Amino acid sequence: MVDVLIIGGGVCGCSLLYRLSRYKLNVVLVEKENDVSLGTTKANSAIVHAGYDPEPGTKMARYNVEGNAQMEKLCQDLDVPYLRTGSLVLAFDGEQMQVVDTLFHRGRQNGVPGLQVLTPKEIREMEPNVSDQVKSALYAPTAAVISPWELAIAQAETAVKNGAQVKLNCPVTAMEKTEEGFRVTAGGEVISARFVVNAAGVDCDRVHNMLCPPSYTVYPSKGQYYLLDKSQGDLVKHVIFQCPSSQGKGVLVAPTVHGNLLVGPNAEPAEKGDVGTTAEGMDFVREKAALSVSGINYRDSIRNFAGLRANTDQEDFLVGETEVPGFFQIAGIKSPGLTSAPAIAEDMVRMLGEAGLPLQEKENFDGTRKVTRFKKLSHEERARKIQENPLYGKIVCRCETITEGEIVDALHRPLPPCSVDGVKRRCGSGMGRCQGGFCGPRVQEIIARELGVPQTQVMQDREGMYIITGETKQGGKNQ
Amino acid sequence: MKELICIVCPKGCHLKVDEENGYAVTGNSCPRGAVYGKKELVNPTRVLTSTVKVTGGTLKRVSVKTDGDIPKSQLFPAMEALENVEMKAPVSIGDVVLENFLGLGVNLVATKTVPLREE
Amino acid sequence: MSGTERQTKYDVIVVGGGPAGLAAALEAKETGAEKVLILERNHELGGILNQCIHNGFGLHHFKEELTGPEYAGRFISRLPGSGIEVMADTMVLEITPDKTVHAMNSRDGYMQLTASAIVLTMGCRERTRGAIAIPGDRPAGIFTAGAAQLYVNVEGYMVGRRVLILGSGDIGLIMARRMTLEGAKVLGCVELMPYSNGLNRNIVQCLNDYNIPLYLSHTITNIQGDKRVEKVTVSKVDENRRPIPGTEMEFECDTVLLSVGLIPENELSRQAGIRMDRRTNGPEVYENMETSIPGVFASGNVVHVHDLVDFVTAESQRAGKAAALFALHGETPPGEEILVENGACVNYTVPQKIRPENVGKFVEIFFRVNFVYRDVVIRVTSGEEVLASYKREHMAPGEMEKIVLPKALLEKARDGKIRVSVEKEAQAE
Repeated sequence: MVDVLIIGGGVCGCSLLYRLSRYKLNVVLVEKENDVSLGTTKANSAIVHAGYDPEPGTKMARYNVEGNAQMEKLCQDLDVPYLRTGSLVLAFDGEQMQVVDTLFHRGRQNGVPGLQVLTPKEIREMEPNVSDQVKSALYAPTAAVISPWELAIAQAETAVKNGAQVKLNCPVTAMEKTEEGFRVTAGGEVISARFVVNAAGVDCDRVHNMLCPPSYTVYPSKGQYYLLDKSQGDLVKHVIFQCPSSQGKGVLVAPTVHGNLLVGPNAEPAEKGDVGTTAEGMDFVREKAALSVSGINYRDSIRNFAGLRANTDQEDFLVGETEVPGFFQIAGIKSPGLTSAPAIAEDMVRMLGEAGLPLQEKENFDGTRKVTRFKKLSHEERARKIQENPLYGKIVCRCETITEGEIVDALHRPLPPCSVDGVKRRCGSGMGRCQGGFCGPRVQEIIARELGVPQTQVMQDREGMYIITGETKQGGKNQ
Repeated sequence: MKELICIVCPKGCHLKVDEENGYAVTGNSCPRGAVYGKKELVNPTRVLTSTVKVTGGTLKRVSVKTDGDIPKSQLFPAMEALENVEMKAPVSIGDVVLENFLGLGVNLVATKTVPLREE
Repeated sequence: MSGTERQTKYDVIVVGGGPAGLAAALEAKETGAEKVLILERNHELGGILNQCIHNGFGLHHFKEELTGPEYAGRFISRLPGSGIEVMADTMVLEITPDKTVHAMNSRDGYMQLTASAIVLTMGCRERTRGAIAIPGDRPAGIFTAGAAQLYVNVEGYMVGRRVLILGSGDIGLIMARRMTLEGAKVLGCVELMPYSNGLNRNIVQCLNDYNIPLYLSHTITNIQGDKRVEKVTVSKVDENRRPIPGTEMEFECDTVLLSVGLIPENELSRQAGIRMDRRTNGPEVYENMETSIPGVFASGNVVHVHDLVDFVTAESQRAGKAAALFALHGETPPGEEILVENGACVNYTVPQKIRPENVGKFVEIFFRVNFVYRDVVIRVTSGEEVLASYKREHMAPGEMEKIVLPKALLEKARDGKIRVSVEKEAQAE
């Protein structure tokens, strides 16, 4: 009997798994894909929001501000890239200046520390490349950028290290209520669980409706982005927002923790699973971004992508127990979901405790993680690392300076990746300007070797995303 | 009159070949173009480059070529014939893989050195 | 050899052991540099030539037609006994302006090597899907042509069964033929421009030979597929290269190969503070391939993308020789500098600057034009004066041009500037 079954390995599910792994409990997370963080978690703005956007009194406001406060320490503990950049919301006319003032007061009400409204001169001293049309800006020093997928992976890994379980390739197909709790069919397996938490992201309504009558619907909203080369990474130092509208927080320009520049997103209704980019969407992003920051060189674009916001017909996050006792949800998590995830997880643990989950701490819990990032080491540390393990002397990804040692290490951590992109999310290989053109085949070979599978079976990312169709010269033609 | 682009060298001369007058070639900037122009109409040929399997080496495939032109019509049969060829490392550039390949009067030769893999 | 024993001071360090690095190192050695080192990131020398198993290399340099590995082999076979040191599987992480090279490998660990002169020969990389923002889904099955070439020719894996190629650069054309011969169906080659950027001979022997259609003035406007590529939409483009609605064609395929341009790989050069040319994406160089940092030279595709390896060899020999002379005799004394300007129709020139005192009998200028031209004249001018004219029947962006200027002409340059431009023949006469 599982104490808590979490459905969904996005940043919310993984945060909860991590939180619960400190207690003497049998906790299992089921994820439909072959890795955690494959939904919205891997395709979003990667911002730790300060918390001036949500309406005071909402769950969003509370979790955002709490999550922001927890994030830096959490990232330190788990060795997740985090950079406190601060953010600016730019106003270009009188109406927008009023919005900035509103956000300032809302932020104060929400308990956001350090907010200031800046003059054009102050803005340009901080950010010389913002448009000279700017009239005022809200400065939030507590905003930060982060690696969202690494936050999810690090928490999942550390939870597994502490005895929690992650079951991949395990889509939930049926659930029923039983005497003691629930019977959940996932990936062909039947799991009995006392408590179930639905953290299924864009799919949360489908999972919800397996046990409850429909009460909300997810209307995914797609956002498209440009990721630019590190040559553009210094263009701005802070997250640069425009004034929010009914369309969302608008197009932002932000440095990433990996040193690149992120530009986007737009907002458009989309089907579940549709993460394609469109010419119109990309044009819109470029056009809007040009209003805030001049001189973005899109010739240095290295990737475009789109992600889905799990917007629902409800204003606020849906966090708590459903009408079926013991069936909880972390649903409708749109922005600022990433920021809120640690605080939601903490609150969910409290709620589960109140519902009767015994929260007895493990004596030997180790909530920290340490990974080697060769690129970040000093010359001396590098020399020592290579001496200890010659695999660190072999650069596999030349754009991002990722060594074979780091890749092999990732493949032997508690939640090993099985795909080229899985390694990319953990190590950063293939994230650079050549986008895996040079290192992809090498990474694939290392995965095959370390996991003992044929290279032809190593996927690009999700199951079915095969790279190789066969071998040449095998006595039969390819067709 | 037939118009061709010469493939003898990267220059890519625009050739005119007069089929009625002994395949006289104009537009070429070197004698090799004249030879090519006629041959392309009478009996088009190509050098085939590909790979064959190699075992025990630092690589799994070694690149090969025909050391002379073969008829265009023989390119696919030749590829077919390479499917089951296997070499053993070490291989040196110029090593003959198959003599008188498919009876076409050319040899299939290795174009790459593949050293023995150290275990 | 352990790290402490290693002699770390070199006359010439060559960064990259592809065709450029090999030629530069051999020439440096022959010019008299004593300690020459090649640092190569792969496990073997030869660079991209190792995967270019097709023939057509070496007609200029060796006067015979070789495959890529054979061309590289001609240089590699000269290394044993030459006294040139080679470190393979070695990555250079940083080059400092005082010519310290930070490099690492599994065997020697982290090294800081110093050199009297450095030659940068890191080559180039391919533009990716992200660089050109092709809309659509993100399935597997989208490769740069070079990545596919590595899989097929070196690793022995096929990457697709039904293939569409975007871009008609030479690698794309070559891969159209390779994939076809290996049993795949290549549905077409789609080119945004109204002309191909590949060599004419490759259109003939890689596309026409196999009845593969070339769609000029077309581009990919959508890629569909959840896991692997399933369908690709191709549209005709107008003169501004914008897709024309209503002209969509759909191709059912599992693979897209991209041959959409090459970018010199200059992260090390930029980090070292070398002045770059925004047009070539490579370092600005003088007549002897010296960069803005005295004693640091560059040649081959890291300076500007070449069509023919033979020209890479020639350019790199120039760089290697100059690097050896620098190591032996020190810096070129300051003297007159002539700036080579890009005139009408000219996209870039290499070198960008000429020091006449360094020029022997003549200096070669390489350049590319910005469009396809017929019956034109290349003019070299200074101020109002025409210094030289060269007729050309045909010029195209895909074909690098070379002109040879006698030293005497350079002496006529006024205000330290000459300009290379291309004009219609009719206007010129």
